[in-house]
Amino acid sequence: MTTTTQARGETDIAITLTVNGQKHKLDVAPWVSLLDLLRERLDLTGTKKGCDHGQCGACTVIVDGERINSCLVLAVTRDGAEVTTVEGLSEDGGDALHPMQQAFVDHDAFQCGYCTPGQLMSAVALTKAGRTGSRDEIRELMSGNLCRCGAYPNIVDAIEEVAQGSRGDKEPAQ
Amino acid sequence: MNRFGYIRPTEVSQAVEALAADREAKIIAGGTNLVDLMKYNVERPSSIIDISKLPLDTIEETEGGGLRIGALVTNSTVAYDERVQARWPMLSSALLAGATGQLRNAATTGGNLLQRTRCYYFYDTGTPCNKREPGTGCPAIGGVNRIHAILGASDDCVATHPSDMCVAMAALEAEVLVEGPGGSRRIPMADFHRLPGDTPQHDTTLAADELIVAVELPPAGFPEHYTYLKLRDRLSYAFALVSVAVGLKMDGDTIQIARIALGGVAHKPWRVRGAEEALEGTAAAPADCAKAANLLLDGARGLKDNAFKIELARRAIVRAIGQAVAATPQSQIDKRIA
Repeated sequence: MTTTTQARGETDIAITLTVNGQKHKLDVAPWVSLLDLLRERLDLTGTKKGCDHGQCGACTVIVDGERINSCLVLAVTRDGAEVTTVEGLSEDGGDALHPMQQAFVDHDAFQCGYCTPGQLMSAVALTKAGRTGSRDEIRELMSGNLCRCGAYPNIVDAIEEVAQGSRGDKEPAQ
Repeated sequence: MNRFGYIRPTEVSQAVEALAADREAKIIAGGTNLVDLMKYNVERPSSIIDISKLPLDTIEETEGGGLRIGALVTNSTVAYDERVQARWPMLSSALLAGATGQLRNAATTGGNLLQRTRCYYFYDTGTPCNKREPGTGCPAIGGVNRIHAILGASDDCVATHPSDMCVAMAALEAEVLVEGPGGSRRIPMADFHRLPGDTPQHDTTLAADELIVAVELPPAGFPEHYTYLKLRDRLSYAFALVSVAVGLKMDGDTIQIARIALGGVAHKPWRVRGAEEALEGTAAAPADCAKAANLLLDGARGLKDNAFKIELARRAIVRAIGQAVAATPQSQIDKRIA
């Protein structure tokens, strides 16, 4: 039995997280959200804090292959997880844009850009899951990502283009 | 957020012991509701008991032809499970009607059962609330109550249960499997959530030291004649004003078995067996559907802002029965009402 117990005020919990391919051993207080851990401890400020209540989607990251709201996850509860943030989207780890990022640029799918990292992470996970059969389906399954500038039509255009490319309908934008 | 302790059991019995040892501790799984409430200072646990490492994350077929869904299986996993989609599609549809892709990926089956009301006053610690602080009063009754209950409410609480999943599970007559210090027991969905009465602080009949380990679906999943119709203020990512889950077993044009549950209207998924019986043996003629709707809404009472929900529910029930009879379930993608 390997129960981890920590009483109020005692020391932090030791956890391991793999973030964008890099393994981190971290001592974390149990009340630290994954979002705050990424931004404040790992300096990965691409992931945004919008509402901090799971309503806006700006904090969306991919954890063990699934998109989730990092603001509603206590980091200690994801010990051992693999996390991908917007900084880790580029497949070669360099400056090259991920096809979804390029499609957002090509389709003018943002104005102020604050929601964009969350939109991208959500869009990448959605496309990988293959649930992009129609504009209605994309709109419904992107409903957890708000864009107060109202770039929705162009966001759907961008996702539709990448989804069609990944289904082999046509090449994604480069 | 307040400071709190952290316990991570690796066996169900350890989680139950931790609950029994500290009544101020809270179980955490996906965290989508609990962490939110902790940020609002509505929930202030002494410790959180993280059950994410317990072996409760599988979906298994039961010997009797049912399905056992582990408490930690996420809402997405259940919604997209091929067995659920083929044999209990009403549950899949209800899950996909709720929340967002991100939330469904984190939220669990057990957590969904235990999610709290979204009553504005429950969330606002600057106001009284009998559910949050028993005996302080209910400002919703004379206040802003558009989203509140029309059935089964009390003078102490008019909150609704917000879940879509639970409405389908009520119609499917699922059972909640729990473990406590004295062993395990099964709670039928009809008895799991409760009406507020004068103790609205209790949402369910789960004991303080019991842990949900699974939900079991019986074999009858109404895969041909079903629907989950959800009406809300926004087309996506909004709680139900009224929702209707219908499952029918038909022989030709005749309804043999009917199951109907309403969401968004009461402190628990709302079922009235007499309404279902009123449909059984009929061909769902308009008069039969109207009778079922009247029986379901018998005793409904509107408040200042929510009286519209009575007529909305009446029409939604009739429409949903029609969708189920015609085998044209409501799409959760194309929001036009069939």
